[in-house]
Parts: sequence; structure tokens; C-alpha cells
Amino acid sequence: MTAATRMTGTTAASAPDDAEHGHALTGTGTLVRVALRRDRIVLPVWLVVVSGLLVASIVSVTGLYGTEAERVAYATVASASAVARAFDGPMSGTSLGAVTMTEVFGVLAVLIGIMCSQAVVRHTRLEEESGRAELVGSAVVGRHARLTAAVIVLTGISLVTAAATTVTLLAHDLPVAGSMLAGLALAGVGVTFGSLTLVGAQVTASARTANGIGAAAVGIAFLLRAVGDAAGEVAASGVKVVSAWPSWLSPIGWGQQARAFEDERWWVLGLFVAASAAATAVAFVLSVHRDVGAGMHPPRSGPAVASRATATALGLAWRLQRGGLVMWSVGVAVIAAALGGIGEQAGELVATSDELAAALAALGSADALIDLYFGFVFGIVGLLAAAAMVQGLLRLRSEEAAGRLEPLLATACSRGRWLTSHAVCAIGGGGLVLVVAGLIAGFTDAAVAGSFDRFGSLVAAALVQFPAALVLAGVAIAATGLLPRWAAAVGWGAVGVAFVVGQLGALFGLPQAALNVSPFTHVPLVPAEPVVWLPLLLSLLVAAALAAVGTLALHHRDIRS
Amino acid sequence: MPPVIVVEQLTKTFGDVVALDHLDLSVDEGEVHGFLGPNGAGKSTTIRVLLGLLRRDAGHVRVLGGDPWRDAVRLHSRLAYVPGDVHLWPTLTGGEAIDLLGKLRGGLDRRRREGLIERFQLDPTKRCATYSKGNRQKVALVAAFASTVELYLLDEPTSGLDPLMDTVFQACVREAIAGGATVLLSSHILAEVEALGDRVTIIRDGRSVESGTLAELRQLTRTNVRAETHRPPGDLTAIAGVHAVSVGADGRVELEVEPDALTEVMRHLTEAGIRSLVSTPPSLQQLFLRHYDLSVPTAPDVVGTTSTSVSAADDATSP
Repeated sequence: MTAATRMTGTTAASAPDDAEHGHALTGTGTLVRVALRRDRIVLPVWLVVVSGLLVASIVSVTGLYGTEAERVAYATVASASAVARAFDGPMSGTSLGAVTMTEVFGVLAVLIGIMCSQAVVRHTRLEEESGRAELVGSAVVGRHARLTAAVIVLTGISLVTAAATTVTLLAHDLPVAGSMLAGLALAGVGVTFGSLTLVGAQVTASARTANGIGAAAVGIAFLLRAVGDAAGEVAASGVKVVSAWPSWLSPIGWGQQARAFEDERWWVLGLFVAASAAATAVAFVLSVHRDVGAGMHPPRSGPAVASRATATALGLAWRLQRGGLVMWSVGVAVIAAALGGIGEQAGELVATSDELAAALAALGSADALIDLYFGFVFGIVGLLAAAAMVQGLLRLRSEEAAGRLEPLLATACSRGRWLTSHAVCAIGGGGLVLVVAGLIAGFTDAAVAGSFDRFGSLVAAALVQFPAALVLAGVAIAATGLLPRWAAAVGWGAVGVAFVVGQLGALFGLPQAALNVSPFTHVPLVPAEPVVWLPLLLSLLVAAALAAVGTLALHHRDIRS
Repeated sequence: MPPVIVVEQLTKTFGDVVALDHLDLSVDEGEVHGFLGPNGAGKSTTIRVLLGLLRRDAGHVRVLGGDPWRDAVRLHSRLAYVPGDVHLWPTLTGGEAIDLLGKLRGGLDRRRREGLIERFQLDPTKRCATYSKGNRQKVALVAAFASTVELYLLDEPTSGLDPLMDTVFQACVREAIAGGATVLLSSHILAEVEALGDRVTIIRDGRSVESGTLAELRQLTRTNVRAETHRPPGDLTAIAGVHAVSVGADGRVELEVEPDALTEVMRHLTEAGIRSLVSTPPSLQQLFLRHYDLSVPTAPDVVGTTSTSVSAADDATSP
């Protein structure tokens, strides 16, 4: 037999084989295994964080509202407060489980939404962008294998999260039905955001943009349900909220409307199934109408010559960071408008917290209460600004890892100049976020209050966050210099620690020593407290020291992709 | 005149992996120096040390009279670098990337830039994300050759180019040399180095194994002889320094001859009555294979290979 006929023979023999086994899905199993292997560290970390948050929340609710009477009091106040409804979600009853769900479901849903959307991007668009998908696609892998594998991984990690949630709730002696519904609702949130991101990953050719689409979907869903819950009505019992229609546009809202632990609405799970199935179907349709590596829109051509501004290190850094900074600024502006708009109602929110109520008793006046509220919420704004800085600074490492730093440093551009260019954009951008937040919160508060009395102090409340945000920026720079491979983990880890300590520390009853770890603990509660310069200066010093260490380390290490 | 690049006993390790092991390299002003070695031999690592991107563990390195680690920025305005695997910013156009790299190096010649874009047939308005490997390489090549520099560090610069563009590249290198520049050309494409190179350094496992002019290196190796004779030339394999003898059915004989055995071989052939004779200098390919012990074919090997390929060809053409 000749070589040629041997070849033809093999092909002829294998062709019907393929048809029998559905060749569009060939290789799916292998891709799923590869994906799970790649995620073997990141997914367990997410699971531990989510479960840990849930445990902490159960423990804190059990401790603070141990008796039915305490829970009725809490639920009554939390139902009546539009602010509390907007932040936490609708009260569904007074059982331990129901109160815990109101406290923690929104946060868990956001985390799982981000976890799932990032996982989807990692296994679809990022693979294409890196060129690996092309290599894999040339092997014996079916046309739909990659997308199918992503859907399987997405469903799998969501169900594992559901199981972990259910087991955690059961372990704390909560009812079986509610525990299962809570777990499945979280899984539903994850699958829905994952599927929406799957569509996004077909439309855009950039993994970064696809991640942005996923995060935006989560953010919009949170806002929609915040609006719907705030506009909702308190039921006759006084401990239950009937949300307005915008909550039903949000997957996070669906999860809360399922009302685990209080007359469970199992049919809500159908919404997740329907939405995910629809989004997944759209993704599959889109995927067959495009080439591997391409988005839905052919990329536009651009200038043949660089403008004077682009052809500099600073111009390049700005070009690379501006998209992210615009997104941060718009997002924080929306949040600041909401925060400023409800300042006048702050009394209700503060009354739901024992610690704040105690602080309030010492202060005495209604204005002082509102000042205290602003002092607290600007801590959140400060953290967001820090996150914007960290994201911008982590560009340093991602540029290096992608091999784009090498040709740049092979020119007369020094390491210091490159670092400074990105730092100017990231830190300047974070500062801009703070200024925008202060101004917008000031204007909306003035519009609601009918006077500009608080305007100056709100802008000040935003600006005092700057040194603390710089400390986290310093951590990101230090990690880039010292631990390049771990820079992203360290940078985002620092933001996570500051978030847990600052926003949840009191809830968890952390000791002062642990609270002191976060730079935001040391920010004066402007406008409730006067601007104190010493902690601000100390924060600046710490930030400068961290940045100096990182810069020095960067100058003394190899550049490695 | 001191060499443009001096590398003595350069050592670089990554954890347990010894990437460069007492490597030596010397590049003179105005030459195209071929830097040869298989994948993973340490060519790119050496060039990254020369660029000050990697810090040497031990050894002495000078580039254009300076220390590449300490004087990186000052030196980089006098040299241009083209990596083998060019990574660019996906949202920038090719033209913007060229200008960015050129301006950061200290400016580029606008007229030469346009000329090079035309010669390399590059569309500078396309986003870098949409470029193929070859086109990304063209961006780096245009950015490099549009700058007026003294030294070009080219790390497998043509691995993504088609043969036509390869010709353009070679012309660019010759123009650069004519303008007084020096070129270090790392490659595993031997024809490229043969076409351009004055001297070569061959490295293996992070060590230099051979260095010299192509002529010198050929001295160390064998000449290929192909001859047709009237009568069978006798047993050539008996001559010391003769390798890879194959005798065809039509009286044609092919063999590789070490320099010392040439006279003796010619005597044998002459006695058998030469009908035709072709003698070719050893290709760099053979030179290369010899240094890597990648089985410089011995006589039985050649016969074996030939018979296999013949039967395979028969196979393919038979119905």
C-alpha cells in the first residue's frame, strides 16, 4: 500500500467516527480538565473567601441578634430605612437565616458574580488573545468545544460554591430548605453573570474589556436592585420588604427575592436557568459567526503616525490606563451621587448599628449624625480610589509579563522613567476619582439639603483619603519590584485586607491591632472629626517608603516575562 | 580599535538552571557577527544581558565601551534591538508603535521610516493586535533601521518573515553596515548568517564552542566532492579523512573530504578518469551539525537514508 492511500484510508475511516461522536464537541473533556488544572489555586481561594465571609456573617448575626426580639427590632429598623434597603437588600423576615441572608447575600453575590465572569473570560477570550486557542483549535478539538468547556466549568464552580454555602449554613444549624435555596440562588447568580460575560467575550476581542463587561454587569445589577429595594414598600408586618420592579431586573435581586429561610420561592431559580440558557445560546450563535481571536466588530484602522503625546513613556502609560480610569471615575461618580443624595436620611442607617448609635449618643445632634455617615461612606470611596490606583500600577507587571516592557527598555527609556509614567497615571487617576467623588457627593448633598453648607467638608472628606490610598499604591509598587510574579496577588490582597478590616472589621469584632493594619483605619472621620495632619503625613511617609523600596528593587532585578 | 561588544566568561543562572556558562563573545566594529546556536542555547539570554535587561552573575561585559547594566540608558540611544518574538501594544497602530520606539530611542529619520514601511510592505494604520508575527517583526525592524545607531542587536529577527521580506532585511543590514554600523545577528537560520556574516560565534548550552571567520571555520571541516569517473575509483573509504562516501549506480560518487585528505582523493579520482567534478565548500549546516553532534551523517547512514528516500518516492508515485 502506498503512503498516499494509507493517508486517505485513515481519513476516510475516521470521518464517520467523528460524525457519530458529534465532532463539534470533540475534546471538550480535555479542555475542562486543563481549565480546572489552571484554576486549581484561584478557585479554592475564592471558595475559602466566600465561605469565610458567610461564616463570619452568621457568627456576627448570631452574636448581635441572638434573640427573636432583637431580630424583630433589627428587621423593623432595617426594613424602614431606605438606605439600609439600598445597601443590604430587602428584609424577608426575622429568622436567623433570613437576617443573615439580608446581611451577606448581596456581598456574596457580587463576589461570586466576579469570580464566575473572570473564570469565563480566562477560559475563552484570554485563551484566544494569548493565541493558545488557535494552537488548541488546530488539534483534534471541535468547533464548540471551547465554549462548551467554559459552560461546564462555569456550571461546575457555581454548583461547588452552592454546595459549600449550603454545607456552611447547615453546619450552623440553619434549616435544610433555606440552606439549599440560598446555595442554589448563589449558584444561579454565578451562572447568570458567567453566561452574560460569555456573550461579552464573544463581542469584544480583548480579555481586559471582557472582564470589564462582566464587572459592569455585576455593578449594574447591584445598582438596579439597590434602586428597586430602596423604592420598595414595607409590608404590614413591618419586618418584610416588597421590592419595586427594578429589583426584578437584577440577578442579584432575584437571589434576594428567593427569600431563603422565609416562605422560600423556589420558582425564582427558574429565572436564573432561563437567563443563563438564553445568554449561552446567544454566545454560541455569536461564536460561529466570527473567527478565532476576532471580536464581532472588525478592528478599525488608526493613525499611521503617532501623535507627539503618544510617542512618549507618559503618553503610552496614559493610553494604556485611560480606559480603566474613565470606568473607575464614572463608577465612583455614580456611587458618590447616590451617597450624597441619601446623606440627609443617614440617621436611619446609623441607628441600625450599635457602635454607631453609641458614638451618636456622644455627639448628640442630627448634623453630627450626618457628618458621621459621610465620614464612614468616604472610607468606601477612598478604598475604591485605592483600587483604581492598584489596578493602574499592576499594569507595570502585566506589561512586563506580556513581553512589552523589553522593547521599551531596550530604547533610551529608563526603568525609573517607565515606572514613574505609570505611577503618575495611576496615582493621578486615583486622585481624580477622589476629587470627582467629593465634588459630586457635595453637589448632590447640596441639592437635597438645599444648601452648600457641607460642600467644602465633603470635598475635604474625599481628599483626606488620598494618603491612605497611596499606601496601598505603595504596596503595589513594592510588590512589582520585589515579588513581580506575585504582584497582582499582593496588590489586590492588600485592597481586600483593607476592605475586610475597614468595612467588616467592626462587624467581625476584630481587635484594634488588626484594624490598625489598614491605612484607612487611621484616616480622620472628616467631616465628623477635624482634619488631623499627623496620621496623613505618616501615611504619606509609609507610602513613600514602600514606593522607594519597590523602585530600588525594580532597578536591581532582571526583567522577566 | 576596541571591539564593540566584549563578553568574557559571562555566567547567568536562573535558579538551578545555568543559562550561560562562561560564555565568550567578541564583536568588532563594522562587522556582521553571526551568533549561532540551537533553541535554548542562550542566544536571547546573552542579548538580554547586553541590553541590561538581565543582570549578569559573573563575567565581564562591555557594549560600545560601557557597562550594559549601569549605563543602559546612555548606551541604548546608540543601539537598536529587534527581538525574535515581538510583543506590541494591541491598541496602538503599527505606525504609532514605530514612532514610540523610535522617539524613545532618541528620534528616527522620517524619510527612512516611510521608505522602510514601503519596502517591508507594512500597513502602519492597522492595530498591533491584528498583526501576524511577521508583521509585528516588521514593526520592530522598521523602528530599528529607521534610527541612526552604531549597533544593531538582532535576535532571530527574520523568524516570521517570508523569503521576499528576508531579502529586504538583508539589504537593510548591508546598508547599515555600509553606513558604518555593527550588527550582532543571532540566528539558527544558517543561510542568513552565511549571506551576511563576516564572523560567527557558535554557542551550545550557554558556552561558546567555536568562533572565527567563516573561512577559518570551514578549514576545520570537510569539502563536499561529487564526481563522475570513467572507471570505479577504487575504495575511497580506505583513505583517512574521507567520510560519507556514496557510489551511485551510474558511476557517480559523492563524499566528504577533510582538508588533509583532498590531495589523496584527487589522485584517486584522476586515476579513475574524471568526467565531471563538483567541489563545494562545507555549508554552515554541516559546520553546525558537527558542533552539536547531531549525527554528521556517516557513510552507512547516507546510504541508508538515500535508499529510504528513494523507496519513499517510489511509493508516493506508484498508484
